[in-house]
Amino acid sequence: MTTPTNIHSNIPTTAFAIADQVRSGTLKAVDVLEAHLAQIAEREGDIHAFNLVTADEARAAAARVDADVAAGRDPGVLAGVPIALKDNMCTRGIPTTCSSKILEGWRPPYDATVVQRLAAAGAIAIGKTNLDEFAMGSSTENSAFGVTYNPRDTSRVSGGSSGGSAAAVAAGFSPISIGSDTGGSIRQPAALCGVVGVKPTYGTVSRYGLVAYASSLDQMGPFSTDVRDSALVLEAISGHDPMDSTSIPQAPLTLLHVLSQGVEGLRVGRITDLPGGADPDVTARLEAAFDALKAAGATIVDVEMPSMKYALTAYYLIAPAEASSNLARYDGVRYGMRVNATDTNAMYSATRSAGFGEEVKRRIMLGTYALSAGYYDAYYGKALKVRRLISDDFARAYTRADVLLTPTSPIVAFPVGEKSDDPRSMYLCDIYTIPTNLAGHPAMSVPFGTGAHGLPVGVQILAPTLGEQVMFKVAASLERSMIVAGGAK
Amino acid sequence: MTTSGSKTQDTGIQYDMSKNEIKVAPNDGSYLLDGYELVCGLEVHVELATATKLFSASANRFGDDPNTHIDPVTLGLPGALPVLNRQAVELAMRIGLALNCKVQPSTFHRKNYFYPDMPKAYQISQYDQPINVDGWLELPGGKSIGVERAHLEEDTGKSTHIGGTGGRIHGSDYSLIDFNRAGVPLVEIVGRPDIASPEEARQYVTELRQILVAVGASDAKMEEGSMRCDANVSVRKPGSPLGTRCEIKNVNSVRSLGRAIEYEARRQIVLLEAGEKIRQETRHWDETDGRTHTLRSKEDADDYRYFLEPDLVPLNPDQAWIDAVRAALPMLPRERRLRLSQATGAPADGEAIMVVVERGQDDYVMSVGDAGADVARALVHVKEAFAEQGASPTVPAADLAQMIIMETGGKLTSTQAKTVLAEIVANGGGDAVAIAAAKGFEAMDNTALEAIVDQVIAEQAEAWSKYCGGEQKAMGALVGAIMKASQGKADGKAVTALLLAKKG
Repeated sequence: MTTPTNIHSNIPTTAFAIADQVRSGTLKAVDVLEAHLAQIAEREGDIHAFNLVTADEARAAAARVDADVAAGRDPGVLAGVPIALKDNMCTRGIPTTCSSKILEGWRPPYDATVVQRLAAAGAIAIGKTNLDEFAMGSSTENSAFGVTYNPRDTSRVSGGSSGGSAAAVAAGFSPISIGSDTGGSIRQPAALCGVVGVKPTYGTVSRYGLVAYASSLDQMGPFSTDVRDSALVLEAISGHDPMDSTSIPQAPLTLLHVLSQGVEGLRVGRITDLPGGADPDVTARLEAAFDALKAAGATIVDVEMPSMKYALTAYYLIAPAEASSNLARYDGVRYGMRVNATDTNAMYSATRSAGFGEEVKRRIMLGTYALSAGYYDAYYGKALKVRRLISDDFARAYTRADVLLTPTSPIVAFPVGEKSDDPRSMYLCDIYTIPTNLAGHPAMSVPFGTGAHGLPVGVQILAPTLGEQVMFKVAASLERSMIVAGGAK
Repeated sequence: MTTSGSKTQDTGIQYDMSKNEIKVAPNDGSYLLDGYELVCGLEVHVELATATKLFSASANRFGDDPNTHIDPVTLGLPGALPVLNRQAVELAMRIGLALNCKVQPSTFHRKNYFYPDMPKAYQISQYDQPINVDGWLELPGGKSIGVERAHLEEDTGKSTHIGGTGGRIHGSDYSLIDFNRAGVPLVEIVGRPDIASPEEARQYVTELRQILVAVGASDAKMEEGSMRCDANVSVRKPGSPLGTRCEIKNVNSVRSLGRAIEYEARRQIVLLEAGEKIRQETRHWDETDGRTHTLRSKEDADDYRYFLEPDLVPLNPDQAWIDAVRAALPMLPRERRLRLSQATGAPADGEAIMVVVERGQDDYVMSVGDAGADVARALVHVKEAFAEQGASPTVPAADLAQMIIMETGGKLTSTQAKTVLAEIVANGGGDAVAIAAAKGFEAMDNTALEAIVDQVIAEQAEAWSKYCGGEQKAMGALVGAIMKASQGKADGKAVTALLLAKKG
């Protein structure tokens, strides 16, 4: 199999191939970068994946990688790989906005742990990608800086909230991007844009420097064009971080070696009481995935998840509750936007009214009520009980199955504007991705052919806590079956 | 933090607190104000003496230039996360164990409210599962005051409001914020409402302060704010259900604490006697007018929307750690008082032992005893003459011991002893024998004294016969004459003893 190449040059499209050639000196990091910057120059106007492209900083970083190679120093496993960062992770000296007016112009004095680890591995950060404001949304239409369009069909959304990161990979702006996933914000845009997206086990990747939306659910992870690249990136960014108390004290994940192991004997679970109505074109691709895994030697088993139907409701109490607290610090006192007023309380009010968008305000209000005296037990308290029930359901399911398979999104990418006035219909986009966040489990979306309008469909693989290896085995197997079948990537 | 616009319950009563001050501790539950019982519980916040802050690596240091001990966590910058300070946990456990608490698995919550010096707009604090629960503190007189809990939390920054009136944020032109204090570890010690008099409140805080200092948890200085005390006060007729309580804030010294509690109790009694109801509210103690004023009523209280802090994991110190902390606890003030009481025969809650232990000079007194001197005399001398010396007096224990041995051996009168000691203290030590010699305090042995006594009896025959006839007044004349004849070198006690012996 030949390595696919970038449309502008003979630059490989995968991170694995780029790093391999840069480390061996057959390819210059600066050339890799220029090819991707050229791609951005050509298509970014139609897509708007980025809030900011940091070309100068990227050029300097690429030159350092090349100098390392020339000097015989190992530049790292991601040497010269351009990487796009969701604009909710802190980058020292570089604006970090969360696509919100309230943080416009703020430059963090520190790098997120993930950003540090990527740089240490030789990756080249090329810019900050667009998102739904503070990662609240499923279409990247809730950005203060404009919509990110789907590279597969620019009349449609890229998904969200990490739509900019998904679109950047789908458009060939960078082979890798990093997103954050609180209720599906990596997997759903990955599915809609036709790329791989991974939400690892909660605590596997440090959250230090990730601007919090809902702290008990947030987790960072990669987007890539193939399964191997996501494995490569996860190996580089995972592992214990003493700066994050919820970081699991363990060594980085090792994933690359399992990709060729196959799925023979693995038990793949089908959720018989899967809620919500996925579109038939999406369901058809899920069935094809079951067939492909069966053909590769896996056993398909039925499991039940009776509490899954409550997951969406529980999520929309827990996440807004945490968000109402996490976003309280944007008060105009220390950084970001300030709208002056007659006294402190009026200043808070004026600043937050002007600085936050509608969806953010909606969730702050929702979360504030959910936590209020007199409402706590009925809303937040009950949602926590549902969260435990869902974990219990998963625990039972994983006694019967090694992984579970679901659609990632019930629908393919929808037209821009179609759902933006109907929050509940928008929230349903995450019905299959939210349960894993509530349980803290890993899950990933793998592109698996196309559905309506020739648009990509993603299949979601769910695994138990720290089950990344078995999850990646299944992902690699599905990917191989697509290549054998000659399916579009 | 707005002040209630509704009618406050300031009654305008003004007491001369200097007259009402309670001098003696009625620890027997007999304290009554106009027939009402006082019910008081104290909440004491104490800053822990850690090297760094509760959740970040910035220094925990008081008095430096503003905003020099800050970092992304302290400032609550987007993306920053808290990491719990192990030393703070250990100091909190020391406090809990010293207060006879159970140390238990605990969690942290967020207490949400907006204030400019609160960088995250929430305070991380322990809520329904605190690290220490169910302890007690024994007052010197023996009464136990329950300790409901002693939990960890972070301090806020410090605001200075410029312009306007009274240093309040309301009406000020602008405010300056120093975040050096933000994130400094605190332990809040919540006492049960077992305190029945202002004097008990003073004793509780004084004893607590000594314990905190003894275990090395804090310097616990109320005047500098490293120990802050709020009082919950209510009154009731004996045997009646608990009354409505008010919380008194801004009490900055042990003395003010007693005054504030007594003022507040009297304010409530005046209202009750007038047939009014007490409204539950937070009140501010004003040191200058000696009164409490409404700060905010219960209806204005913030809804803090507590929920489990998702950025931290449960704190579950293992038994080995707890045992090690317990084993390393130093001797506490109560044990020190008992030790000194046993060594001297003085009462453990008597003034001398209370004062000397509070000054931390009890080890010193014991070492004077170890050097061969009478410990009871050492206690008295240290209490009287060492007020300016700290816990480690400069006077070598052996020097004081030598002086006391001379005194108890009759080689120095008690007056001479005080003079010699004053010189030793002034010089930070000294040879008592040499000082006594230099001052002409020659030893006067019993033979010499007896000769003088006999001579005076002979000269003052009339006084002698009156004395023998039982007239005590006559003894004064005899003693005075003997002292004069001995040029002040005679020991008063020895003279009395001789006169008594000769009377037969």
